[in-house]
Amino acid sequence: MATIITVTSGKGGVGKTTTAASIAAGLAQAGKKTAVVDFDVGLRNLDLIMGCERRVVFDFVNVIHDDIRVQQALIKDKRLENLYVLPASQTRDKDALDRDGVGRVLDELRAEFEYIVCDSPAGIEHGALTALYFADEAVVVTNPEISAVRDSDRIIGLLNSRSRRAEENGDPVKQHLLLTRYDPVRVEEGEMLTTEDVLEILAIPLLGVIPQDRSVLAASNLGTPVVLDDRSPAGKAYGDTVQRLLGHDVPMRFIDRKPNGWFQRLLRRSA
Amino acid sequence: MRLLEFFIGNRPRSADAAKDRLKLIVVRDRAATGEGPDFLPLLQQDLIEVVRRYVEIDDDKVVVDVDKRDNLSMLEVNIELPGHFGHQERERAAAVGG
Repeated sequence: MATIITVTSGKGGVGKTTTAASIAAGLAQAGKKTAVVDFDVGLRNLDLIMGCERRVVFDFVNVIHDDIRVQQALIKDKRLENLYVLPASQTRDKDALDRDGVGRVLDELRAEFEYIVCDSPAGIEHGALTALYFADEAVVVTNPEISAVRDSDRIIGLLNSRSRRAEENGDPVKQHLLLTRYDPVRVEEGEMLTTEDVLEILAIPLLGVIPQDRSVLAASNLGTPVVLDDRSPAGKAYGDTVQRLLGHDVPMRFIDRKPNGWFQRLLRRSA
Repeated sequence: MRLLEFFIGNRPRSADAAKDRLKLIVVRDRAATGEGPDFLPLLQQDLIEVVRRYVEIDDDKVVVDVDKRDNLSMLEVNIELPGHFGHQERERAAAVGG
């Protein structure tokens, strides 16, 4: 039985699509057959981050409403054997993702894949609620920033009350916190909430911490999930995150300031 | 710059302010959206009435929340009293309470 993992946050711009792309690519790298599904109808971006925007023919809404088979809409990744992308529609109305239709498509995907990663739109409206409704697990993405944390708290409340598992009194959605754009230097200087601060408020288990890293923008410029850039700190941190999702115990990295003694400074200056 | 800070003392840490503000607003959000247990709004109303028997407070000065950790739920009640709450009221409250 496939596991549906919804990547959600409430606030926009915290790295949901980057995270969905990297988790899906990381799972595929680990040998898991994975589909990543864009729920952001009207503002699709997953295709760009995955680098398959020119290969979109049919989309999620076509599959629900236009008699297109899901196999026709799935785009096979060119880098990874086990990875497929189901793009959102760029032109249709946001309400085009009706719950029954989405449920039918996800059931079809469940039969073929081990993991289905859902990239939720920002906000707490129809698309976001539909994406979280079907979740078995949820990755709540937040920045160490006051408004992002507040919005994540709302999303956690909705996962507890409005998911299918909640409505059917099943096991609760397994929730994970992913802290992105973390800057250990600013944390140490008291300008940024610490991991512990955020955990104390949101009180769900920590899945990973992704450091602020220029390679995230570089990867999205190129249409490559940053997890595939395994030399960058963010890529490594996403790799660790995926290992933890798979149940492996991996220590956190990139949460402390790099040693910055006079010797390193001297080296940097002379470099 | 850091050396200078060392001598003139640290600037206030804005992260601490962020954490304090967040804690408060998250509790209020949870109460307002009703995503805590069902009885929280009623409990909040009852608490307001009880406190009002002793001291005049605004509705939004009583904040009730449930904090869930592992297998434990903790009821958290925050009641903010007005700044002028002084000696006399305290004595009166003690008298009524006793």
